[in-house]
Amino acid sequence: MQLYRAHVLVCGGTGCTSSNSNKIISELEAQIAQSGIQNEVKVVRTGCFGLCAEGPIIVVYPEGSMYTMVKVEDVKEIVEEHLVKGRIVKRLLPGGTGKDENASVEQNDFFAKQHRIALRNCGVINPESIDEYIAFDGYKALGKVLTQMTPKDVVDTIKSSGLRGRGGGGFPTGLKWEFAMKQEADQKYVCCNADEGDPGAFMDRSVLEGDPHSVIEAMAIAGYAIGSNQGFVYIRAEYPIAVKRLSIAIQQAKEYGILGNNIFGTDFNFDLEIRLGAGAFVCGEETALMTSIEGHRGEPRPRPPFPAVKGLWQKPTILNNVETYANIPQIILNGAEWFTSIGTEKSKGTKVFAVGGKINNTGLVEIPMGTTLREVIYDIGGGIPNGKKFKAAQTGGPSGGCIPASHIDTPIDYDSLIQLGSMMGSGGLIVMDEDTCMVDIAKFFLEFTVDESCGKCPPCRIGTKRMYEILERITEGKGEEGDIEKLETLAKNIKASALCGLGQTAPNPVLSTLRYFKDEYIEHVRDKKCSAGVCKSLMHFEIDAEKCKCCGICAKQCPVGAISGEKKVPYVIDQNKCIKCGVCVEKCPFKVISKKA
Amino acid sequence: MKSLAELEEIRKKTLDQINLRTNSQDMRVVVGMATCGIAAGARPVMNAFVEELSKRNLSNVAVTMTGCIGICKLEPVVEIIDKDGGKVTYVKMTPEKVARVVAEHIVNGRVCAEYTIGEADK
Repeated sequence: MQLYRAHVLVCGGTGCTSSNSNKIISELEAQIAQSGIQNEVKVVRTGCFGLCAEGPIIVVYPEGSMYTMVKVEDVKEIVEEHLVKGRIVKRLLPGGTGKDENASVEQNDFFAKQHRIALRNCGVINPESIDEYIAFDGYKALGKVLTQMTPKDVVDTIKSSGLRGRGGGGFPTGLKWEFAMKQEADQKYVCCNADEGDPGAFMDRSVLEGDPHSVIEAMAIAGYAIGSNQGFVYIRAEYPIAVKRLSIAIQQAKEYGILGNNIFGTDFNFDLEIRLGAGAFVCGEETALMTSIEGHRGEPRPRPPFPAVKGLWQKPTILNNVETYANIPQIILNGAEWFTSIGTEKSKGTKVFAVGGKINNTGLVEIPMGTTLREVIYDIGGGIPNGKKFKAAQTGGPSGGCIPASHIDTPIDYDSLIQLGSMMGSGGLIVMDEDTCMVDIAKFFLEFTVDESCGKCPPCRIGTKRMYEILERITEGKGEEGDIEKLETLAKNIKASALCGLGQTAPNPVLSTLRYFKDEYIEHVRDKKCSAGVCKSLMHFEIDAEKCKCCGICAKQCPVGAISGEKKVPYVIDQNKCIKCGVCVEKCPFKVISKKA
Repeated sequence: MKSLAELEEIRKKTLDQINLRTNSQDMRVVVGMATCGIAAGARPVMNAFVEELSKRNLSNVAVTMTGCIGICKLEPVVEIIDKDGGKVTYVKMTPEKVARVVAEHIVNGRVCAEYTIGEADK
């Protein structure tokens, strides 16, 4: 057996890969070989560590030292100093603090408050090695289920664990499995929804990239529980790394006989196939997803019948999200009681969030249910850049809503978010600061749903479009008395009459911003003003005549020639010509040009 | 995969190889690898530790490096630190001595007194 004295783990998630971690790996290997220590040190490509804002990330064991924002040029120093001489390279520690306290993964603030269940192996194992997954108790849960439990035992365990769907709806997973188990049919199916479509969300991608075997194992367990021998993973083709690692994982599982016939010497058979989605948001809706797997155009159909009764090819089908599955093996191994000890009364376990927007530590976090928004934003997320004030956070993407600063101490769980007019959603968490215009945000999300509406039912196809037009008018300063009421009526009608979840939730961003920030809408409509200075038609740029040094740089940089002036005469912007690009503000060496609402 | 035993076998074998990442080491072997240590032959000593531990499948022992401890004339210096922080300092180490330290100290818990810093001063 080959033992190594040090393991160098390099993040190979999508975030770090796009900031060059592949080149870092090849440089590491080259430098290690040059130092002649290739037999002592092992380089491993892992999944996402979660601290995407500081990527690319390298962790060196046994010390557990975490290096952040590593460049190819830094590799030589890491090899020569840390790996050859045993001296930690302090300047590459998180935040560039050079402090030792933050040196190891376990001590870092970002990780200290997290509780990793679904992400437990991400950033720890090599996702392309089934052996490493097995080393950390992988496939043990499947073995336990097949040899010691009846399908009913499995369903009962999941039911009493209180696990709820992590894709957004929050339906109890055990109940879903029970419905499917009780159906009599010659064929049943197990599906995995990996069609993560919310803007800014990447939880499922990271699980598949960092720990694909956990999803395979859970789907086989689900197959045993409901009596199915065939599974499908529906994943968007825009996730090339996740697709590749999942394919490798399925191949390895087949070679080991963990997928196939007579698994663990029992008479249970299970096979798994990947179906690629073309990236339509509506295909994340369960009935549209199944229609797409069947080879048809991805459009939803009315429910009932629910998939557990008539799903894929009219057969009983269960459909769960990636993160839901990633929790299953741990629940089987540690028991339902362990899982119920984490979280709140009605929301058990943890939730993974992709935190983005105006926040320092953009990345992936897994927290126990009931953690407050304040802890996520300030303790884990490291606060808001440039000392700006927190204004609101959007959860649930285009189907969710916003949580204003006044509710920052609300514990995050399914029910409290619904009460606030938002929803858990799949886990996108977009943080907004005082410079964000809430009308503009509502417009952004609505534009997304208008684009992604499949067109099957008129409330969604026509209704959301009309809402979008009204918002466009308001942000252009052409809002009329009565527009806000019209928005409210349309929203109510679309919610009540759209065919699927996409349409029914599409008005949510408008409704929740209206609920908490109605004064901003009124200000836009009545005063034609945007206090945040985002809506272009409602703001202008001004040069402070008293402070202008008449250097003329702004005039030279202006792309439309809207600025004029001469020596000793302060420059002025011709508001009719100005296209509000903001170049002059950026280029002014004396910072005397500013945005005015 | 025909049985749970087969799965357990793969689990154990691989865990030994990657146990390093779990922070659950019972013991740490710290080799002084500053200029003085390297010049005195610390690298072959460290390699001997890695090799010897591999041979005996001792994945719960981590081998790490440190800088100059300060007694350069006694290099290569190796410290063995147990779980409770207890420390034994071996001096003037050679690859030959390593085999004995692993067998006696790490496996059987008996300190090789004649190689320690206390002996060297006498």
